[in-house]
Amino acid sequence: MISGLSYWIFGRLEWSDLLIKSNAIATGASCMVVIVAIAIVALLTWTGRWGWLWREWLTSLDHKRIGIMYIVISFIMMARAIAEAMVMRTQQAMAAGGGTDLVGAEHFGQLFTTHGTVMIFFVAMPFLSGLINYLLPLQIGARDLSFPFMNAVGLALTWAGAVLIMVSLTVGDFSTGGWSAYPPFTELAFSPGEGVDYWIWSVTLTGIGTTLTGINFAVTIYKERCPGMHLMRMPLFCWTALCTAILIVFALPPLTVASSLLALDRYLDFHFFTNGSGGNMMNYANLFWLFGHPEVYILILPAFGVWSEVISTFSGKRLYGYRSLVLATMCIAVLSFTVWMHHFFTMGQSANVNAAFGFATMLIGIPTGVKVYDWILTMYRGRIRFSAPMLFAITFLFSFVVGGLSGILLSNAPTDFAMHNSLFLVAHFHNMLIPGTLFGFIAGYMYWFPKAFGFRLDERWGRIAWGLWTAGFFAAFAPLYSLGLMGAMRRTSQTYDPAYEPFLYVALVGAALLFAGFVALVVQLVVSTRHRDRLAVPIGDPWDGRALEWFTPSPPPEWNFARLPQVECIDAFAREKREGDPYAPQDGDYADIEMPRNTGLPTLIGMAGIACAFGLVWHIWWMAIVGFVAMWGFLVARSFESRTTRTIPAATVREANEAWLSRARMARAVPREIEFTAANTGRAEPLA
Amino acid sequence: MSAGKNLHPGINIGHVDPGAHRAAEPVIFGFWVFLMSDLVIFALLLATYAAMSVHGIAGGPTPAQVADLPSAAIETGLLLLSSFTMSLATVALKYRPGRAHLRRWLAVTAVLGLAFVGMEAWDFAKLAGQGAVPQRSGFLSAHFTLLGTHALHVSAGLVWMAVLAFQLGRTELEDLVRLRIMRLALFWHLLDVVWIAILTFVFLFGAVG
Repeated sequence: MISGLSYWIFGRLEWSDLLIKSNAIATGASCMVVIVAIAIVALLTWTGRWGWLWREWLTSLDHKRIGIMYIVISFIMMARAIAEAMVMRTQQAMAAGGGTDLVGAEHFGQLFTTHGTVMIFFVAMPFLSGLINYLLPLQIGARDLSFPFMNAVGLALTWAGAVLIMVSLTVGDFSTGGWSAYPPFTELAFSPGEGVDYWIWSVTLTGIGTTLTGINFAVTIYKERCPGMHLMRMPLFCWTALCTAILIVFALPPLTVASSLLALDRYLDFHFFTNGSGGNMMNYANLFWLFGHPEVYILILPAFGVWSEVISTFSGKRLYGYRSLVLATMCIAVLSFTVWMHHFFTMGQSANVNAAFGFATMLIGIPTGVKVYDWILTMYRGRIRFSAPMLFAITFLFSFVVGGLSGILLSNAPTDFAMHNSLFLVAHFHNMLIPGTLFGFIAGYMYWFPKAFGFRLDERWGRIAWGLWTAGFFAAFAPLYSLGLMGAMRRTSQTYDPAYEPFLYVALVGAALLFAGFVALVVQLVVSTRHRDRLAVPIGDPWDGRALEWFTPSPPPEWNFARLPQVECIDAFAREKREGDPYAPQDGDYADIEMPRNTGLPTLIGMAGIACAFGLVWHIWWMAIVGFVAMWGFLVARSFESRTTRTIPAATVREANEAWLSRARMARAVPREIEFTAANTGRAEPLA
Repeated sequence: MSAGKNLHPGINIGHVDPGAHRAAEPVIFGFWVFLMSDLVIFALLLATYAAMSVHGIAGGPTPAQVADLPSAAIETGLLLLSSFTMSLATVALKYRPGRAHLRRWLAVTAVLGLAFVGMEAWDFAKLAGQGAVPQRSGFLSAHFTLLGTHALHVSAGLVWMAVLAFQLGRTELEDLVRLRIMRLALFWHLLDVVWIAILTFVFLFGAVG
């Protein structure tokens, strides 16, 4: 036993929990985290950038900077989760050939748990929060989200969760219970270590942050639209953001409840989900999937929004069937709450219940089909430019239909009995989440990058990335459909059927290609940054964009719009370019603009959150209490701040705006054929 | 002037300043959205309780043995009364010049809320004395968690009140404090609504079953 004093100070934490792990791969990953962390600290110190990081980023309440930080988190965590996928695929391929194990079963369990947890909560969620954060106010003609401080707190809680999950790589072990953390396996009796606690607190922290963000998005759309921006004039991305926000508001609390009740079981010996003493583990499945199923639509709806923007812009056409797309989005949002039980068809509910939920599940295919047809019809007779985001969109249209159809198969309860927990399921949901969500977010990142940073991304590397991601996706997941039908189960570190072996090797090659696709994105970023002068598009409209965000300089000023725009139709900026003169000098008065003042409190709240969660994981009670009290203390401290905004004088706004407009008037309007050349400085020649 | 005076439901922020009214709108609306989100938590805890109070007894005390009606009646009285006094506080904020009435009603509300939490703690201690601890069965886990979550919310409201009482006299926080009192009142009334659900499902149904 640990001695008394040591327990009071360090809880259950011991020297042996640090750094060194069960095998070389895990130890390597653990050391890598430490080395990278030290390298970042050293780099910041050496270049004297701490002050810059604090003043410009960590204290900023600007929705655009918060959006960018979200996406940075997403990319960092994506590197980790893809590396883990590679290790898992290598292990399975090696083991199937009768070879030796690369990683042990316990470590494999941690790998698939962190891979799923990270990909959902720390790659996809921050990515969509980042995109919406950046674009929503720009697209609806607003200066900011409704609650800038709450926005920063949401970000802080998200990175707090991400940091905790990174810490778990070095200090102790993570859960082996899968991303859904089903009890009774995750109860104390079967998982006595700190792993499940890491899962609980990292997911709870980010879950609360996401709830705050969802409230913020919904209120912003309802309350901050510029004059004339009726709901039915909003760009489709805003519609998907609204539906996502509503889903977040109602679907994240079930996650908080599920993880909190699990915590009560583990920490205080309650009996919500235990074996015996009246515990009911099926209730966990209900609570978790009441969050988990809407969650997949939270992930995919914003990507649908991105596809709508990308396809209509690069087809040079207005979106086909705008109303039907809006309606389909709302249908999907509502239906997403009616299908959660298809996640446990095989766990003992009656055939009638299964039939009802199977039917509801199949219904989702209808609005989704409407969307696919609308996108195809948007392209029909359009002047399509095969830019990298558009190429991703085309891959998406093909592969997403395949994934959707495999979902229809699984929604038949009898079929599901045959295929549940097999690699068929793994193939299905990766087929939805990679082309659907991740490709959408990557396309959105490439499409809007010039808006955020003032220069385009290198097109050649974008296409290379597209090729690798597409080939990698098919190679990695097509074999899994076959493997699943052959009987290979998910989450197993070893399989014994020699017939699986060739498929597993193809899947391994696919994983390697996907990893290469990620590297290509990094290379693209580096190459583009190096050539940013040649790629510069400061005027702000490099693609002949249609919505309001393109009617701002790139990057947009802190206040977004010098004067809030007035719109009269959908795609107001496209019409203005065609029929008017958007860059004409704007006569009349400019007004002073109030913008939120920077504050370090959200960052402090995030740090206190990490302390609280880390203390809870390791039973270091003093640290947990201090962290908890500090979180609320910082929030109360905020309530004493009366000067939360600062005024930007009208003269400053006028000067910046008129300078931009005159630059735009002098710039050459570039036709679409040469939009990827240096001639494109961000003023597009509108298509007829 | 007099027509405009009651424009804003509840409180006049800066009296008839339209700018302040417009600025207040998203804040109040956003808080409503938060409350809806919070309500989902209570709905799920109630659903969990509903399942566990039937299937999770595990040979331990039943809902009928746990439901203490006289105690629940007093608690209900205290909480409903505190909602009433909270309304009087917002009315004082709207119609009474000066802060004396507002302070007084907030103080009464706080005392009633404190009494409510105290009663609940006493209930919990009584149950624990009979061996009906949350560790005993799934049903009792759900019982304590549902009531405990509600009590935690009430306690958070009390802390909020304390902070506001401290901020009341500071003129630079004037508009902020007004808005906060309005949100606190919404929060407080919602906890009443939740309590009525708890009273019905936990105590009345419990006593019948």
